[in-house]
Amino acid sequence: MKADKTLDCYGLLCPMPIVKAAQEIKKLQVGQVLEVLSTDIGIKSDMPAWCKTTGNEFLSAEESDGEYKVYVKKTIE
Amino acid sequence: MTEKSTIVVFSGDLDKVYASFIIATTAASMGREVSMFFTFWGLNVLRKKRFLFGAPNFLQKMFGVLNQGGAERLPLSKFHMFGLGTFFMKFLMKKYQMERITEMLKLSKELNIKIIACTTSIAVMGLKKEDFVPEVDELAGASTYLADAFDGKLNLFI
Repeated sequence: MKADKTLDCYGLLCPMPIVKAAQEIKKLQVGQVLEVLSTDIGIKSDMPAWCKTTGNEFLSAEESDGEYKVYVKKTIE
Repeated sequence: MTEKSTIVVFSGDLDKVYASFIIATTAASMGREVSMFFTFWGLNVLRKKRFLFGAPNFLQKMFGVLNQGGAERLPLSKFHMFGLGTFFMKFLMKKYQMERITEMLKLSKELNIKIIACTTSIAVMGLKKEDFVPEVDELAGASTYLADAFDGKLNLFI
């Protein structure tokens, strides 16, 4: 999936991937997509939960060998 | 209006305090207006590490020797093993690239989390405003904490 910005959180544990993702999304414009790279296995449910609470859109998650790529679209300013 | 979330940090244990910061920073990242009310042992997180030679009362001075405070000196709630526990935990935290407590406190401020220190605990321990790190926003009491707590759905006592 194509993203407007990639955030590398490999090696970081909760809460840092979500905290950093939230900070990055603030800098994006509405409609843009953030790609978050993470090795945190919780990201698969943490990111959708974050999206649900903040009103942003969770697009998809890819996994390979313990490395996760999640895609989030900014839908709220 | 932004919904409030509050956490009472009563414990001064490294593991419990860390959990408080994880929850607080994540709640702030999810759009909540977060305040952390540090009371009793929690005050050790916000104290500059020092002996309390200036405390008004002899008991408080003695206590200040045993309880120097400082975010880098917090004990583990279990297996503290006279200091080994904290040492091992900090080693693991570094290995897994986890931020230190002082960094989590700074991150909390960046996320506009309100850091409140409990006035009653301050008085009983013989502390003064100068004994605290600059990250402290307010010295306040139970009413201040409760006014925020009544407003929100998430209120934790750690």
